[in-house]
Amino acid sequence: MCLGIVGAGKLGTTIARAAIEAGYDVAMSGSGAADEIALTVDVLAPGARALTTEEVVDHADIVVLAVPTHRFRELPPDLFAGKILIDAMNYWEPVDGIDDELSSPDAGTSAVVQAYFPSARVVKSLNQLGYHELDELRRPKGSADRIAVGAAGADRLAVRRVMRLIDRLGFDPVDAGPLENGVVLEPDGSPFAVTYTAEELSDLVAARATPAGKRIATSAPPRGALAARV
Amino acid sequence: MIEFGLDTFMPVTDDGHGQPVRGDQAVRDTIEEAVLAEAVGLDSFNIGEHYRPEFMDSANHVVLAAIAGRTERIRLGTAVTVLSTQDPVRVYTDFATLDAVSNGRAQLIVGRGSATDSFPLFGFDLADYEELFEEKLDLLVRLLRDQPVSWSGEFRPPLTDQFVSPPVPSGHIPTWVGVGGSPNSVIRAARYGLPLMLAVIGGRPERFAAHVELYKRALEQLRQPELPIGLHSLGFVAPTDDEAIEVQWPYYKEQFESAARERGWRPPTYEQFLSEVDHGSMYVGSPETVANRIASVVRTLSLSRFHLHYAIGRVPHEQRMAMIELYGHEVLPRVRELLASEPRENEAPTIAVRS
Repeated sequence: MCLGIVGAGKLGTTIARAAIEAGYDVAMSGSGAADEIALTVDVLAPGARALTTEEVVDHADIVVLAVPTHRFRELPPDLFAGKILIDAMNYWEPVDGIDDELSSPDAGTSAVVQAYFPSARVVKSLNQLGYHELDELRRPKGSADRIAVGAAGADRLAVRRVMRLIDRLGFDPVDAGPLENGVVLEPDGSPFAVTYTAEELSDLVAARATPAGKRIATSAPPRGALAARV
Repeated sequence: MIEFGLDTFMPVTDDGHGQPVRGDQAVRDTIEEAVLAEAVGLDSFNIGEHYRPEFMDSANHVVLAAIAGRTERIRLGTAVTVLSTQDPVRVYTDFATLDAVSNGRAQLIVGRGSATDSFPLFGFDLADYEELFEEKLDLLVRLLRDQPVSWSGEFRPPLTDQFVSPPVPSGHIPTWVGVGGSPNSVIRAARYGLPLMLAVIGGRPERFAAHVELYKRALEQLRQPELPIGLHSLGFVAPTDDEAIEVQWPYYKEQFESAARERGWRPPTYEQFLSEVDHGSMYVGSPETVANRIASVVRTLSLSRFHLHYAIGRVPHEQRMAMIELYGHEVLPRVRELLASEPRENEAPTIAVRS
């Protein structure tokens, strides 16, 4: 099973280590040539392969997008056609700068990512914990102190596959519903950077997501408006 | 021989009755803390750079110059200089002058900074975060190593055969790169042949052993000489573990709650704080506890320097002074003793046990 990771920074290398330990064949890329990240991958994610982004996408059917949020639009919009794309990014204004599209509160940032990559099967996940928590809090299935990680997406099959990945990485997967529900996994939503059990996280998603989801149905900009920007 | 530094962001402290001291008072209090740091044997005193109501460190070179006038031996530096939004020529003039004023004691840690308030304040675009740092580091390194400088870049006017005064011998001002964990930043430090200062604020410090390895391998690959590695982390020392935790926790909570509000994190719980104290890179406790944990991390990460960001948040000046005294008189001799008595290879990481 091959997992692709676009972005060889703090988050990308952390997810890579976890995935290798879980038995995945991991391919990752940075913003340029493969040899620019070869040493980083060799030391921080030994066992992963350093490739170009195009090669990573070719190679994997699940790809994690772990680049700085203000940079994802540097990638071609059709890059992830047909692939399951895990949006692990978070938008923070103090770090990413003011971005009118991404600061729109209701639609959720993953909806913006989906609109930019219209042919990708976007699932919002793995954005919820700090990278050192992703590193330190992985536990085998059934452990009493295993924590939960949510996944939200329109493509239900894609969500289920991401949930299997989450489980194998060492977390209890929680189906957070449609992509719009990803709002509750974002920095201003409650689960962010908190270690919940699967039950607690499911309850929170259920309690918080429904009203937000309804709001999105009526107030999100028409999809064409977002796509036109691309 | 390991060097010990104290780092501060010059917080507006608690006056001891819950009220904030005046900002100008906080500035003068910091100078007293630095003078005491020299008296109790610290190797360096380093000041951050922020543009926020809770920190008074916006012009650290001015404060360092005042400290220089009242001290003789301690090195004076930054932690960190937010180089991305500074003009490297101005950084050079400020610190070459500080070096002259202090008779050769200036040092710098340059970084991208984790607080980004300086970007809008000085008219820089956060979208240029990576490019700004790269370009400015390039120019600063040239100014420090090889004048006159001919240089051109995207973010400031070009220089042609430019000498900048006052002159300092090439490479004389120790300049480190501050890194928060980004692998690219580690490799960049190696590429410029600059020593590495790791800032570890949360999580287990052992995690950064891989970054140390990455840095060493990158130096090797780039045919750079071996260079020192330092660590910057938070801490507080009191006569007992319980007292240190009791004094530090409310101010830690307050500071991290405000950061959490801004960045969308959840505020820390007391249990998380204790877990950081026990297992994280946070050095809170009695002199014996803190000394053991420092000795352990020095070995684990092969450190040549340890910078303690002392007293997190608004801990009152009086308690900061008491802490510096304990740190210099009790913690440092004990760390040196521990490091001298046990060979690095055989050391298992020490985990602090609270009384």
